[in-house]
Amino acid sequence: MSTVDSVRNRLDTLPDVGLVIGFIASIWAVMLVLAIAVGGANWANLAAGFIGSVTVLMGGYAILALALNLQWGYTGLFNIGIAGFMAVGAYTTAVLTAPTDPAAGAVPGLGLPLWVGLIGGMVMAAIIGGLAALPALRLKADYLAIVTVAFSEIIRLVVNWNGLAEVSLFGVPFGTGGATGISFKSANEVASTFINGVGQPIVAAAEGVGVSGPNLANLTYGILLLLVVAASYWVLARITNSPFGRVLKAIREDETVTQSLGKDTRRFKIKTFMIGCALMGLAGVLFRGQAGYVSPQQFRPTITFYVFAALIIGGSGSNTGSIIGAATFSGLLFYLPARLGENVSLGGTRAPGNIIDAVAGLGSLDPLPLLAYTISNISTLRFVLIGVVLIYIIQNQPDGLLGHRNEPATSVSLDRPQSGSGGETDE
Amino acid sequence: MSEPDAAPRQETAVTSDAIESPLLEVDGLRKEFGGVVAVDGATFSVAEGSLTGLIGPNGAGKSTTFNCITGIHEPTGGRVTFDGQSITGLPPYTLANRGLVRTFQIARELSEMTVIENVMLAPGGQVGESVIRSVTPGLRGDVIEAETAVRDRAWETLEFFEINHLAHENAGNLSGGQRKLLEMARVLMTEPEMILLDEPLAGVNPTLEEKLLERIHELRREQGLTFLLVEHDMDVIMNNCEHIIVMHQGSVLAEGDAETIKSDERVLEAYLGGDV
Repeated sequence: MSTVDSVRNRLDTLPDVGLVIGFIASIWAVMLVLAIAVGGANWANLAAGFIGSVTVLMGGYAILALALNLQWGYTGLFNIGIAGFMAVGAYTTAVLTAPTDPAAGAVPGLGLPLWVGLIGGMVMAAIIGGLAALPALRLKADYLAIVTVAFSEIIRLVVNWNGLAEVSLFGVPFGTGGATGISFKSANEVASTFINGVGQPIVAAAEGVGVSGPNLANLTYGILLLLVVAASYWVLARITNSPFGRVLKAIREDETVTQSLGKDTRRFKIKTFMIGCALMGLAGVLFRGQAGYVSPQQFRPTITFYVFAALIIGGSGSNTGSIIGAATFSGLLFYLPARLGENVSLGGTRAPGNIIDAVAGLGSLDPLPLLAYTISNISTLRFVLIGVVLIYIIQNQPDGLLGHRNEPATSVSLDRPQSGSGGETDE
Repeated sequence: MSEPDAAPRQETAVTSDAIESPLLEVDGLRKEFGGVVAVDGATFSVAEGSLTGLIGPNGAGKSTTFNCITGIHEPTGGRVTFDGQSITGLPPYTLANRGLVRTFQIARELSEMTVIENVMLAPGGQVGESVIRSVTPGLRGDVIEAETAVRDRAWETLEFFEINHLAHENAGNLSGGQRKLLEMARVLMTEPEMILLDEPLAGVNPTLEEKLLERIHELRREQGLTFLLVEHDMDVIMNNCEHIIVMHQGSVLAEGDAETIKSDERVLEAYLGGDV
C-alpha cells in the first residue's frame, strides 16, 4: 500500500537495537554519499563534518523525544514547555561550572566540575518541573499545557533579564549573563580534550585522510551523545516496562479508572513529570549548550514544537519510535535538506530572485528555474516539508512509524505460564 | 458451576430497618450540583456478604450516590462509613486500597492497553510501582518476582471470566459484553471486600448476563465478597438480590426483600408515575 506501510513492515521484523543502529547507520550513509558527491578531494573531511553534525542533532533530539515520550506518549501529560526546562538544566549547569575568574566582560560562575554541573542541572530541571506540575495537577489535563508554556516563557524571560546578569550571594559572584548569555566548560570541550589526548593515534590517522581536528572532535561528541541516548533509553525502557509504566499508560487512557483501581495518580504524574524534565534539562546542556555557551535565544518555544514533530513522526508511546522519529526529523527533514541546498547546484541555471520568476519558467516548459529556486531556498522550504510530512503522518498513520506497536508495560513475559500438561516446550 | 439462583434469600434474613453487621453505611448523603439536588439525604446500609440491589427510575440519584460513595464526587453533606470507619470524601484510590472498588455504568476499559495489562494494573501495593525499584538492577529481583505472581493471578482471573483467549488483544477491540467481563476481572484483581457494580448488565446479551451473574454469586459464596448492584432490569434485581433499596428523587423510598418491594405501592407509583 502506502510507502509508510512498507517501511513499517520492514521495521517490524528487526529487533529494536538493530533497528535503531541500522536507521542511524543509513542516515550516516546518506551523508557519506552526499559528501562524496559534492566534496571532491575534500570528501573525507566533509563527510566527517556532516556525520558529526547530524549525529549531534540526532542525539539531542533523541534525548528530548524520549523525555517527551515518557510525559506525553506514556502518561498523556501535555508538556509544551520543553524549551523552558532545557533552559533550566543548561543554565544551572552553566552557572555551576563557569570559571570563577572569567575572561574580561564574561560572567563568573561557581567553577565546579562538569559532572557536578550536569547532575545539578538535572536536579534543578526536575525541581522546576515538579513546581510547574503541582498547580496543574488539581486541574484538567489541558491546563497543564498552558501552565508549562507559561513557565517556559517565564524562565526564558528571567534568564534574559538584566537584573540577574550578575549578582552576588554571600560574596560569591555569579549570574545568567542576561541577554548576552554565559560561557562555561562544555561537554564538547571534554570530548575534544579526550580525543586529542587518549585518542591521539585516531586523530593522526584521521588527519592522514584529511579529516580536520575540530570535525573529528565534533564526531566524537556526537557519538558520546548517542551513548547518553543509549543510557536514557535503557533507563526509560525499564521505567516504562514495569508496573510503574503500566500505571502511566493507564493514566493516559483514563485517570478516573486508574484512581478507582487504587492508584494515587497525582504522585505518579509528578514523578513522571520530574523525570522527564530532568532529561530535558540534560539535553539542554549537552545539546543546546554543546559549544560551552548558552543564551536565552537558544531556548525559544520553536524547539518544543520540533520535539513534538519528532515524536509524532516516530510514534508516541514507543521508546524505540522516539529515537527513530528524532533521527528522521533531525537528520532527514531538518539537516539533510539544508546541506543539499548549500552543496547542490544546477550547472549553469541561476536561481531566480523570487517565486514568480521561478514559476514563470514553467510557462515556456522550462522546469529548471523552479528547481533551482527550490534548491537555493531549501533551508526555508524544509519547514514546508516538515509540515507536509506531519500532515501526511497525522492523516494516514496517526500512530507514527512505530506507535502502533504494542510494547506491553510489564517486567516479565505476559504469556500464559506453562502448566506442564500438554504445554509445548520452549526450545 | 452450581445453579446460582439458589443462593439468594437463604442467607441471613435481612429486614428493612435492622441490618446486622453492615459493611457499608450511608447516612443522610447529600449532593448538590449548583442548584440541583441530585442526592437528598439518602440513608441505607449494605450487609456484609450480601448482594444488595439499588434501583430507582432515571434521575433518582443512583449513579451520583455511587460516585459519592466511591470518592469520584465529594458529597455536599452526610456520612459514608465502610467497615466501621468514615470514608466520607476520601479519594477513590484510598477507598480502593481499603477494599471498596467499583465498575462503571459504561465500561471504561483502558483501550490502548492489552486485556492482560488492564488486569495486571489493578492489584494494589505492587513493588514495581516504585521507579527506583523498577530501574535499579539490584532491587529489580523483587519486581520480577512480584510481576510473575501478578501475571499468574491475572491469567487465572481471565480464565475465571473466560476471556483468557483475548489476553493479548487491545481492550479497545473487545465487544461491549467482553468489556463488562474485563471490568469485573479488573476490580477483582484489587482483592476487594466490596464491589459496587453500576449497571453491569446493561447492553449485555442474555447468555453473557447469565455468566456474569453466575460469577457474582460464585464470588459471594466462595470469597465472601459484598456486592451493591445498580441495575435497570427489574427481573435481575428481584431474582438475585436478597435486599433491595429503591431510590426516588434523591432519597431512599423503600427498602426490603423482593416481596416487600413488589408489593410497595410507593415503588409502583414512582416507576409508573402514579398511574397504577
